[in-house]
Amino acid sequence: MNFETIIGLEVHVELKTNSKIFSPSPNHFGAKPNENVNPIDLAYPGVLPQLNEEAINFAMKAAMALNCEIATHQRFDRKNYFYPDNPKAYQITQDAQPIGSNGWIDIEVDGKTKRIGITRIHMEEDAGKLIHSDDGYSLVDYNRAGTPLVEIVSEPDIRSPEEAYAYLEKLRNIIQFTGVSDVKMEEGSLRCDANISLRPIGQEKFGTKAELKNLNSFSFVQKGLEFEEKRQREVLLAGGEILQETRRYDEQTRETVLMRIKEGADDYRYFPEPDLMPLYIDEAWKERIRAEIPELPDARKKRYIEEYKLPAYDAMVLTSTKEMSDFFEATIEAEADIKQASNWLMGEVSAYMNKEQKDLSELALTPAGLAKMINLINDGTLSSKMAKKVFAELVENGGDPEKIIKEKGLVQISDEGQLTDIITKILDANEQSIEDFKNGKDRALGFLVGQVMKETKGQANPPMVNKILLAEMKKR
Amino acid sequence: MSIFDYTLKEIQAKLHNKELTVTDLVAASYDQIDRVEEELKSFITLNKEAALAQAKQLDQETNDTNNPLFGIPVGIKDNVLTKGLKTTGASKMLSNFDDPLFDATVVEKLNDAKTVMIGKLNMDEFAMGSSTENSAFSTTHNPWNIDYVPGGSSGGSAAAVAGREVFFSLGSDTGGSIRGPSSYCGVVGMKPTYGLVSRFGVIAFASSLDQVGTITKTVEDNAHVLQAIAGQDPMDQTTVAVDVPNYQDTLKDGVKGLKIAVPKEFLAEGVSEEVKQSVLDALKVYEDLGATWEEVTLPHSKYAVAAYYIISSGEASANLARFDGIRYGHRSENATDMIDLFKKSRSEGFGAEVKRRIMFGTLTQSAGYYDDYYHKAQQARRLIKADFDQLFEKYDVVIGPTTPTTAFKIGEQIDDSLTMYANDLLTIPVNLAGVPAISIPSGFSAETGLPFGLQIIGKHFAEDTVFRTAYAFEQATDHHTKRPNLGGAK
Repeated sequence: MNFETIIGLEVHVELKTNSKIFSPSPNHFGAKPNENVNPIDLAYPGVLPQLNEEAINFAMKAAMALNCEIATHQRFDRKNYFYPDNPKAYQITQDAQPIGSNGWIDIEVDGKTKRIGITRIHMEEDAGKLIHSDDGYSLVDYNRAGTPLVEIVSEPDIRSPEEAYAYLEKLRNIIQFTGVSDVKMEEGSLRCDANISLRPIGQEKFGTKAELKNLNSFSFVQKGLEFEEKRQREVLLAGGEILQETRRYDEQTRETVLMRIKEGADDYRYFPEPDLMPLYIDEAWKERIRAEIPELPDARKKRYIEEYKLPAYDAMVLTSTKEMSDFFEATIEAEADIKQASNWLMGEVSAYMNKEQKDLSELALTPAGLAKMINLINDGTLSSKMAKKVFAELVENGGDPEKIIKEKGLVQISDEGQLTDIITKILDANEQSIEDFKNGKDRALGFLVGQVMKETKGQANPPMVNKILLAEMKKR
Repeated sequence: MSIFDYTLKEIQAKLHNKELTVTDLVAASYDQIDRVEEELKSFITLNKEAALAQAKQLDQETNDTNNPLFGIPVGIKDNVLTKGLKTTGASKMLSNFDDPLFDATVVEKLNDAKTVMIGKLNMDEFAMGSSTENSAFSTTHNPWNIDYVPGGSSGGSAAAVAGREVFFSLGSDTGGSIRGPSSYCGVVGMKPTYGLVSRFGVIAFASSLDQVGTITKTVEDNAHVLQAIAGQDPMDQTTVAVDVPNYQDTLKDGVKGLKIAVPKEFLAEGVSEEVKQSVLDALKVYEDLGATWEEVTLPHSKYAVAAYYIISSGEASANLARFDGIRYGHRSENATDMIDLFKKSRSEGFGAEVKRRIMFGTLTQSAGYYDDYYHKAQQARRLIKADFDQLFEKYDVVIGPTTPTTAFKIGEQIDDSLTMYANDLLTIPVNLAGVPAISIPSGFSAETGLPFGLQIIGKHFAEDTVFRTAYAFEQATDHHTKRPNLGGAK
């Protein structure tokens, strides 16, 4: 029997607002435990939530970028459950009236475009974090409690682990362009749970799904789904039954492990949050936010191909992060050649970032520096070999390429008189080579060029060296 | 004449003339507490040392005669947070909550007005109850007869004012918790419009119903105190941006031409004959003052008590879930693991009534029950509000009794929840509708000598009309001048 795989993803994205969603506490990653907390975050008796307008705006931006309809009337609900990282013992979330619904994104797999539906996107607050210590006790860090989140729930439109990977990449790409989140899985600002089920091809009814947790990278999402796809297929082929399970991905064994079997739905006793007034978002507010959304990756890609005449591959790589894309545009703005700017960014710059494991923003290189260097190559001041030295300096320490050239004595010697003097000296010392050349040994020319380069420490303009050498030898 | 018989305005004049000092006022409070507290048990925590020090300091300052609250000794219900001063909600759960980190907004406002904090007042645990018998610490007694309850849940707040232990107090009212005790204790208690006064720093019982209010001896004083604590607060997003009028401007304008609605449901079965008669007597006073009244109906008020217990208990079950023994409050010492810690801390920390409401509230919000209970209760609430809205299109105020009977005896109803809940029959619809209402003294039972309370309900944010209506009655009668006979033993 052949099966069809059905996957739906639930992605949590932390919004990088200045303060938390319901309190004035700072909202940033990497503080000491319980440094970014106040009585509201700790759910002291008597505190009330104060909804942060910036969080609404950020969530709206994300929802709009994912092509969602924005609800005019929204409200918050309480989701009740006891856990030490959940200080109020309820989470304020949007259950009945989420900010966005009916969205979509297009993904590309095997050169084909596919549209994946987004059921809903809603605002909520993050929980704190439990730190389990060796002595049997657990410690709680409430820094993260109250960090604004959006939960993005996809339609069960995804049909393979590969599509799931592509969906996540695209989602991250889009959200990153909106600037509302760092979307860094390693810092927890993007988290993903996956639902997967199988059904015989041709059957309309969905099979029983399993929920996968602890998926800490995009490739673990893919690998976990691949394992689960295989496991479920084997169970079904053996005549077994899939139970509604929550399973954890084990990074070591690369397998999914049963956490618990769900019997019926959890009862969170959702009810309207009485401490917050219903939210009314009028058209003017929506339009104001819509106008703030920058050009998104698909639009940029299209523009790079159509306007800049870049190959599709270049356009894709350059728009893979907003940082790269913005850097590229700034380099062109600084009057660099478009294709050369693209080549440098995709080539040397990316190689350096990979090697050093650094983000573009962590490099000393500036768009103006890169553009100037490219122009110095084009006007003959720099040979491509010398350019590599200049680039190495630019990327490590920054600065002005012209100044670097001077300091390092890297200027190309293109002065005909100066070169002729050097070449005459070399020819005088290598009469045998002239003889060889005249007897048809082309290699002799290469040797002579090498001698000139050696003498000039590689700074001689190679095409001119060739030309003058030939002319001078003719004279002899 | 006792110092406690002066109005706030009169005291300001005496402070200004140096006839009195703030220290005199504060000392008078503590003297009276020494005399009667053994009988009343109004307080959970006293703040004597700090209060006397503050009084001394205020005596160095000149009082602003435009500020009627300068130097006035006040008591605060113990579910309102006071920075550095123990706040328990009358629960064992918070019996160790000695050092709150901040003041409630209403306390901040009183501090700005330079009142002097005498102490924290007893109440039913987490404001759940109608008799103050549900306090984890003590039962407060009615100053008019100490065998009787003072009402609840703000029983300490009403008893302390009636017993002249403080000049005024703050309470909170979720289903009648200010008006009920004010009625039983013969004082003036105001439940403002939902959204007029900040709830920030008030331990939440039912967030969509809770409102802080004022308990005083006179209507004029009450208006002064509410003036000081009302207004929008960025810390409470359910407070409303309204211009709060100066209540004194219209207080004495009289009630000529005032249209009064009297719901027949407020004078129906369950309301005692003598209470009914006290309302009819009051209506006669209003007629004499030039107002008119008509009998009307609040057709959906019969659903009010049921809807109230579903909504308030549901919200409470979530609001009280934070008391889990992890960050503050009572933590069981016998717990073996995390779940056990939650269970034991809560089982040990909460009293019976609080547990009953948490269970009930949890049930009515559960899957399979939500639609039949919680959702229906919300619908009933909307209908009740619509009933009031309709009345206020034609009438200025709605008048009836505050409670169906006068105070009952301590221990008489504590084991019968439904009888106990019915005491709030006439105050609950007001909270569901979110409108303001005041209870004022309107006479005494010939049988027991206990006070009656008249309830005057206004439309949203029409506290000025409510005060004006209450003031006219008060000035035409002398009920508010009567004083309980206390401290006989000393």
